[in-house]
Formats: sequence, C-alpha cells, structure tokens
Amino acid sequence: MDDLTTMTAAELAAAVAAGSVSAAEVTQAHLDRITAVDGAVRAFLHVNGEDALAQARAVDRKRAAGEPLGALAGVPVAVKDLFTTIGSPATCGSKILEGWYPPYESTITGRLREAGAILIGKTNMDEFAMGSSTENSGYGPSHNPWDLDRVPGGSSGGSAAAVAAYEAPLALGTDTGGSIRQPAAVCGIVGAKPTYGGSSRYGVVAFASSLDTPGPFGRTVLDAALLHEAMSGHDPMDSTSIDAPVPPVVAAARHGDVAGLRIGVVTDLSGEGYQPGVMSRFTEAIEVLESLGAKVTELSCPHFKYALPAYYLIAPSECSSNLARFDGMRYGLRTGTGSAEEIMAETRAAGFGAEVKRRIMLGTYALSSGYYDAYYGKAQQVRTLIIQDFEAAFGQVDVLVSPVTPTTAFRIGERADDPMAMYLADLCTIPSNLAGNAAISVPCGLADEDGLPVGLQVMAPPLADDRLYRVGAAVEAAFTTRWGHPLLTEAKGLIRS
Amino acid sequence: MPITRDEVAHLARLSRLALSDEELDHLAPQLDQIISSVAQVQEVAADGIPPTTQATGIDNVYRDDQPVPCLTPEQALSGAPAVELQRFKVPRILVEE
Repeated sequence: MDDLTTMTAAELAAAVAAGSVSAAEVTQAHLDRITAVDGAVRAFLHVNGEDALAQARAVDRKRAAGEPLGALAGVPVAVKDLFTTIGSPATCGSKILEGWYPPYESTITGRLREAGAILIGKTNMDEFAMGSSTENSGYGPSHNPWDLDRVPGGSSGGSAAAVAAYEAPLALGTDTGGSIRQPAAVCGIVGAKPTYGGSSRYGVVAFASSLDTPGPFGRTVLDAALLHEAMSGHDPMDSTSIDAPVPPVVAAARHGDVAGLRIGVVTDLSGEGYQPGVMSRFTEAIEVLESLGAKVTELSCPHFKYALPAYYLIAPSECSSNLARFDGMRYGLRTGTGSAEEIMAETRAAGFGAEVKRRIMLGTYALSSGYYDAYYGKAQQVRTLIIQDFEAAFGQVDVLVSPVTPTTAFRIGERADDPMAMYLADLCTIPSNLAGNAAISVPCGLADEDGLPVGLQVMAPPLADDRLYRVGAAVEAAFTTRWGHPLLTEAKGLIRS
Repeated sequence: MPITRDEVAHLARLSRLALSDEELDHLAPQLDQIISSVAQVQEVAADGIPPTTQATGIDNVYRDDQPVPCLTPEQALSGAPAVELQRFKVPRILVEE
C-alpha cells in the first residue's frame, strides 16, 4: 500500500484507469502518508480527509459505470491555500482570513475536478504569497524534507514540501517572483511557471495581478506537464487570460530531445553571491546539454540587474491596491472599536503579518504623488527594457538557462527578519515574471558543500512552454541515468520506511 | 534620500494599518533600507521608453452580456463578520455633528 505514494502521477492515472488500483486506495495511501509525516513537514494547513475520499469514490463509480475518465482521474493534488475551493477553507497563510470558506471555486481547481483529480488538501504558504521561505505564514513555517531545519522555499513552500515528502504526487502553486521555481529547486522537484495568461487567475487570491501565475509541481517533468496541461487554457473569467491553444507540454515531456536546440546561458545571472556548489551543478547541467547535442552560447541581458529593484516596486504597488479589500467589512477578521476607519486599521494591523505590512507600505510609498514617477513609473519602464532584453536573446537562441536561486535552502530563522536578504532568493526568477514568459526548475544535483538540491532554470518565450518540458525531460533522463536513481531518493530528512 | 519615522507613520495611516510604536520603530529602518535599494531603478536611462503595466499585450476584453447564475445572498454573506436584514452590517462611517 505504501508503494502508491512513491508512484508518479502518470503511473497512478494509468493504474486507476486500468482498474489495478482504486482511486479510494490511492487517496487513502496519501492521507496515511500525510498522517505519518506532516507533523514534521507541516506542508498542509487543511487536509480534506473524508471529502477527498468522497471525490475518489466518485471517480471509482464513474469507472465502474464505464464512463470516460479524465487525464488525472484518481491522482491526488495538493492545493496552495490561495486557490478558492468549495468545501475547504482558504486562509492564504493569513490570520486575516482564518476560518474563511470561499463561496466559489477557482477555474483551475474546477478544471482539475473535471479531470478526475482528488483535491487532497490546502498547503502552507508565505502570507498572501509574499516571501521565499513560508516563514511569513501566519500558521508557522513548513520544513524542507531534505533537512527539516531548513526552509522549503516559498511562497509555495507547502506545495513543494508536500510533493517532495510524497504526501501528494502533484501540487498547485503560484509564481509571482519565483514562488514555484524557487521552492521546487530547494526541495529537489520540478516546478513550472507557465506563460502569464496561460493559466487562469480566477479564484486565485491576488497578490500582484500583473505577475501572479498559477503553475504545477511534480516529482517528474512528465508529471508537471500533465498538471500544466490539465489546469491551463483560456478562461473568460480572467481578463488577462490568453485565448490561444495550450502549448503541447505533455508531448514535449515525453520526447526530451535537445539535439540542435540553441541554448543561451545568461551571464548576468552568476557571479558574486552565488554559492559555489550551485554554480558547479549548473555548469555540469550545461555540459550535459552540450553532450546531448544542444548548441550552447553565452549572452548578456544587461537590464536583468535591475529586475529585483523593479519587482520590489511593482509587486508591492499592486499588493497595496489588491489587499485594500481586506477591510474587515464583508469577510474575514473584524476587530477593534470606534469608527469604520478605526476598525479597518485595527483589523489590518491585527490580521496581517510583518512582511505584508512592509509591502503594503512600500507600495503605498511608491504610488504616492511626488514619488510615483521616480519609483513606480521608472520600474514600469525598466520592465519594458527587461522584455526587450528577452526579445533580443530569444532572437538568437531557443531557450535561456540559469541557476534557479543563488543558494540552496537556508536555515529556518536565518533570513527571517532581514527582508533584503530574503528578497535575493528570487534574483534569477523575477525577470520571467516581469516579462510574462515561461520558465521551469528541474533538479540538477546536490551542492557539494551542503548536500542540498540545486535547480536548473530554463526560460522560454511566451506560449513556448513546451520547450521547457523538452529541455527538462532531456536533462532529467540524462541525470537520472548518471545518478542511477531519481534525485529525491537521496533526501535525508524523511527516510522512507 | 532616507525615509523618516514620521513618514513611515504617515504611510501606515494611508495604508489603514494601526501600527504600534514598537512596530513603527522596527519597520522604519527596514523600509528605509528597502527604498534605498529599489531606488537603483533610477540609474537606468529610460527616457522615451514606454511603461509596461502587464506583459500580454491584451487590451480591453469584451464578452457578451449574458445573465448567468450568481451567488445567493446566503452564500455572499457566509463569511461576513456581521449581518443584519440580509445585508453586511458595518460600523458607522459618518458621524452626526
């Protein structure tokens, strides 16, 4: 029974479709695994339990009746706690939404239900997706399955930890500045940020609307592609949703082949501040790609060094506007006495954590008259220059590569009250959010100095998401052959019995 | 150009955050450090460069105005801190002089 939690999503879907295992058995096995390890990992804020089993029995009834099954029938999916789903709370990792049950379903989780996926629970996250470690959660941090004293990355750290700890084969996250790719990298799994507009934001509680991008986590490139395809596609309920076919990511993941592919190494994403063990694994990954027939060149994107400051103006500005809705009037926490304005200010002071307060105030500053042109306006122009850097680069190469994050997972508490140090975790991932293109993190080994996982980032032009999976599958196959096993089997934090 | 504690207190009021003195003391130097750092964007020569608000290039999006089912009053009010007569009950916003 325990084996069911080590199977991939692709294997589980095939086994359920063939009838060799029931969706209820698959779901129960994962619920048991959660019971066994989540006291240590703390990936989940809410486990669906009986509701997940009911979803699974519905899949089993469909199969028994001979009805067609969806692509993810019987496969458990862990859901970041900012997706609205009927029947589960959605806290966004914030005390201001403690106990709130959303009255509507996000487009993406609705699509996953249609595909037969089992929504097994809601995962921990930095409050309103602001952070890189889950330490900004109002409910305490999650722990990295490689080393329980370290962070699992963030903001989608609960989702990454759940997949890495075999509590679910798949998970949903959102990536605003790296919040899928960075936790995937430091947990040794696969995580992708689709093209902005390729995955619907309807029912995804907003942090920075022009950057927020829902995406998949999986233990394999193919599993991530299966979830990517099932969740994606045009949604009339999201006005920035792109009305175009979903890129053929599953087909690409099944045919990892980089022969003749032009790959550009972004030289600006290296150097001072990058851990030596991260750089040696990255260099090794490039050598692997060359040995597989890719044409690798180095190129520079000169404005990328301004991506981090531009992001920390644009994202807080949008957040200060989006989070104005949490006013204690229509849902969520209400506390304090006096006028409506006093109650709003007291509710927000009591309900938001330190990082959310910092970002709201930073955004309020950047948008104030007198500072707007020098801060928010200038950041929007830098955003244009970063898009132009990408366009010039993609004129020469098919994909770009870099490390995902400058260091491996840091210790819990190490950067907790040093916001600038925390922000550096997203140095390499932010450019793709500002440009709205597609990017993925694929495991490429362990850093020599600490034995912790390192991720290779692959970036592709908008709507060329399939290239991520083509490169990712080739890298995964080559490394798995070299290592003799998937990387995750070396995780020491949670030795499997 | 450093940001003063008084300016941070003003930002907190604009942001509707009733922060304690301790929080202001803690946040003021952090915001000063962050603002000094993000001010790097001002080094970039960007005269004549158009701003980007979002990257899809999609402009206005229209759809047919078709009636569809919506939330019931009970669903819409299900998370409200206070309800009266099937409405959100909120504190007074205007004070009689």
